[in-house]
Amino acid sequence: MSHQEVLVGAQTAHGHHADAGHHEHEHHKQHFITKYIFSQDHKMIAKQFLVTGIIWAVIGALMSVFFRLQLGFPEDTFPIMETFLGEWAKGGKLSPEFYYALVTMHGTILVFFVLTAGLTGTFANLLIPLQIGARDMASPFMNMLSYWFFFVASVIMFISLFVQTGPASGGWTTYPPLSALKEASLGSGIGMDLWLIAMALFVISSLLGGLNYISTILNMRTKGMSMTRMPLTMWALLFTAILGVLAFPVLLSGFVLLIFDRNFGTSFYLSEIFIAGKALPNIGGSAILYQHLFWFLGHPEVYIIMLPGMGIASEILSNHSRKPIFGYLAMIISMVGITVLAFLVWAHHMFVTGMSPFLGSIFVLLTLLIAVPSAVKVFNWLTTIWRGNIRFTVPMMYALGFVSLFISGGLTGIYLGNSALDIHLHDTYFVIAHFHIVMGVSAFFGMFAGIYHWFPKMFGRKMNDTLGYIHFFITLIGAYLIFWPMHYEGVAGMPRRYYDYTAWESFRQFQDLNAFISIVVVVVFFAQFLFIINFFVSMFYGRKLKDPNPWGATTLEWTTPIDVGHGNWEGEIPEVHRWAYDYKDDGNGNDFIPQTTPLKPGEEAH
Amino acid sequence: MSGLLIIALTTLVFIIIYQIAKASEYATVLRGEEKVKRQVNRLMAWLLLAFFILGVWGVIQCHYALLDKMLPVSASEHGIQYDKMFTVTLVITGIVFFVTQAMLFWFAFRYQSTDKRTSFYFPHNNKLEIIWTTVPAIAMAVLVAVGLRNWGKMTSEAPADAAVVEVVGKQFNWIIRYPGPDGVLGKRDFRNINDANNVLGLDWNDKAGKDDIIVENGEIHLVVNKPVKFVIGSRDVIHDVGLPHFRMKMDAVPGIVTTMWFTPLYTTKEMKEITGNPNFVYEISCDQMCGNGHYAMRGTIIVETEEEYNKWLRSQKSYYANMHPDANAPAASDTTESNNQPLAHNNDN
Repeated sequence: MSHQEVLVGAQTAHGHHADAGHHEHEHHKQHFITKYIFSQDHKMIAKQFLVTGIIWAVIGALMSVFFRLQLGFPEDTFPIMETFLGEWAKGGKLSPEFYYALVTMHGTILVFFVLTAGLTGTFANLLIPLQIGARDMASPFMNMLSYWFFFVASVIMFISLFVQTGPASGGWTTYPPLSALKEASLGSGIGMDLWLIAMALFVISSLLGGLNYISTILNMRTKGMSMTRMPLTMWALLFTAILGVLAFPVLLSGFVLLIFDRNFGTSFYLSEIFIAGKALPNIGGSAILYQHLFWFLGHPEVYIIMLPGMGIASEILSNHSRKPIFGYLAMIISMVGITVLAFLVWAHHMFVTGMSPFLGSIFVLLTLLIAVPSAVKVFNWLTTIWRGNIRFTVPMMYALGFVSLFISGGLTGIYLGNSALDIHLHDTYFVIAHFHIVMGVSAFFGMFAGIYHWFPKMFGRKMNDTLGYIHFFITLIGAYLIFWPMHYEGVAGMPRRYYDYTAWESFRQFQDLNAFISIVVVVVFFAQFLFIINFFVSMFYGRKLKDPNPWGATTLEWTTPIDVGHGNWEGEIPEVHRWAYDYKDDGNGNDFIPQTTPLKPGEEAH
Repeated sequence: MSGLLIIALTTLVFIIIYQIAKASEYATVLRGEEKVKRQVNRLMAWLLLAFFILGVWGVIQCHYALLDKMLPVSASEHGIQYDKMFTVTLVITGIVFFVTQAMLFWFAFRYQSTDKRTSFYFPHNNKLEIIWTTVPAIAMAVLVAVGLRNWGKMTSEAPADAAVVEVVGKQFNWIIRYPGPDGVLGKRDFRNINDANNVLGLDWNDKAGKDDIIVENGEIHLVVNKPVKFVIGSRDVIHDVGLPHFRMKMDAVPGIVTTMWFTPLYTTKEMKEITGNPNFVYEISCDQMCGNGHYAMRGTIIVETEEEYNKWLRSQKSYYANMHPDANAPAASDTTESNNQPLAHNNDN
């Protein structure tokens, strides 16, 4: 209902009083709370997701600094840690309990709160209505709820950091029985309950958002915007939403069963356990069941994180090369392939659980199949920049970095997806290196590319380029310095999630390397403040945008006014006449033709 | 105080960087935006190329710096196959890595924006798409074929003459059980577990269990060149028996029995010579997050010759005898009787 009102209201207002004076006036009338807090404007919700995501990213990254200090310098003490962590780092020495809490929360925060909510929440909300030509989401109210469920989930997760027994500490995958039994670990106490509640709310937020994204893209495209005229960002976000809507409920069911096992005496995941001096009554459950439920989301989750970055990179590589994306249709088909296969490969995380080797073989086959659509995407990106006219703007640098990292991290997936190689590499630093490059740093690069590219759209101002370039090079070089050598540690069998390696004859030779990695981590962490300062200061003091289409882009979001209000377009929503990638001579000296330009007589549609 | 000082200094550094960056923005306007844009574009193209070249140099440096810290030769037969397969995968992915990264950075450099250049309108080409769909598909098919052949071998049934050792994880160490003279592991039930005198919950009504030998310090003795099958379990949470030197790994899951088998190829003594490390020891690492002591859940394996093994075994008493020093005659005599025979018996039948 509010949706209708907003649309009708916006239309009539602008229809009757198109003058700028009235426009200003209308902005003032909006109350602070409805404009900035309980906003139903998709653009404001996008900013809310982004800012919350940035705050979480700083917290999650700071955690990694703390545990990297422990890993790099296990003999030393760091009084600064006591300042931050108090009892958990008495005398500046991180306790093992809190080390495990930190790695767990680092993973949870980065995977879910930053790279799922922060990334998809930002760009799906910002771009979907703008790029398909809609005034807002299908349900702006549900969209607002999606953010506020995420916010409540964030608050609960944040509170869990401060409970007496500490936050969840069984790894971000929280495998039972460790996570199910309070006796098994300190973090499996109240911290784990809060973790599960926060994650359940997070799933709700994600579903509300996802359903909204899908229905908006399917139903609310402007006149002429057929599915195959949409920019690839739209396709990527559509598939992201489909993955989330189909996979998150399974994760929720897994969590509900875990809540039952923890609190109501059921035995879904528990069987034949002797702990803390007594045998538990639970018999007949399967700890492996949880892993199936978890990874049924957990693997699609990787693509939920990757696909928005792929869409953003496709858009930016094409725009800043002044050249159409190569193989538009092949890009869509490869995303279909990735989406379908994403649901059929989850058990490659479980090759060494004692699962039937035959079943394992099938998952090997399906897992390595997913390399084919990924390869197609990489080659299409390479051909897109080939013979282009490349402008090395900050977003373009990040998009190129994204492709480089995606190649580096993707190739190591071929090792881990092959069970006969995974049997040695499983749960070693090789895995850490692989997924941090391919879905951690690479997804972050997609996100940075998107933020630098669409910042002018979000705030009507530009970010500082110099800071952007410095931030880019430190982050790219740093990411490779941190994660590349970790492959070697992994091949040497060094297990992940160890608090200290000094007692291990087989792994302690890497002490110097660990110290080196930790130093780079600290540098890269502080370099991120270049971005954060740039972001927040540019929001208020950045150079004002003069040209509403600063990148010379073809897509619809740049046809809106610079200071865009709720409803997006002042008058009618523009009609679309061509695909999103007509980067060619328009006959007037421009090297692009916006989607709103009608086809010339005799011109062939793409 | 020093903390405050550091914070103040860091803030100062950030302010300075920001001011310089901001100043460069104004300078751009003064010097003419188009001109500066061209210069920056050229600079970035060069920097990306430099990054690539330095990156390749770094990859090579990293490789040679870390090579001597890697695992020594594989100590199991599976592992030899494993290392071969790893090399094949490394070569294939390595070629793809260098070619695609080189293309990425070269294209970026070669097609940097200039005044004269216009981009080439090239939206699609089905022939190219087919090529780079089928070539990766074929490469993957090869890797899957090699992988599944090895996977089949690694997960096959252990040979009939394999020794049997049970490895049970608990927070935070490994308990090892040998079947004793009868070659059969006795029944156990988690409800019988008692840390004082029955750590694995052996069922004393099962005669097969009375001669079982239990070692609680996580040290496994194995005979070189003799296949061994691990029967793996857990008392509490999920653990994982990780054997980097044998290139094997298997989870220990409560309520489920898992197995793995391999054939050790070198004794610990031989391995000390191969690695040149007098402290060399085969280690069992727990590879599944199991709680606060996860990082210290260390077991060891001593691979030795058959004589050394028999000598060690002869010095072991059955767990039942250890826990019931004044136990009734049958069990004691069983143990004594068997101790007179050559002790590799459980492997011979």
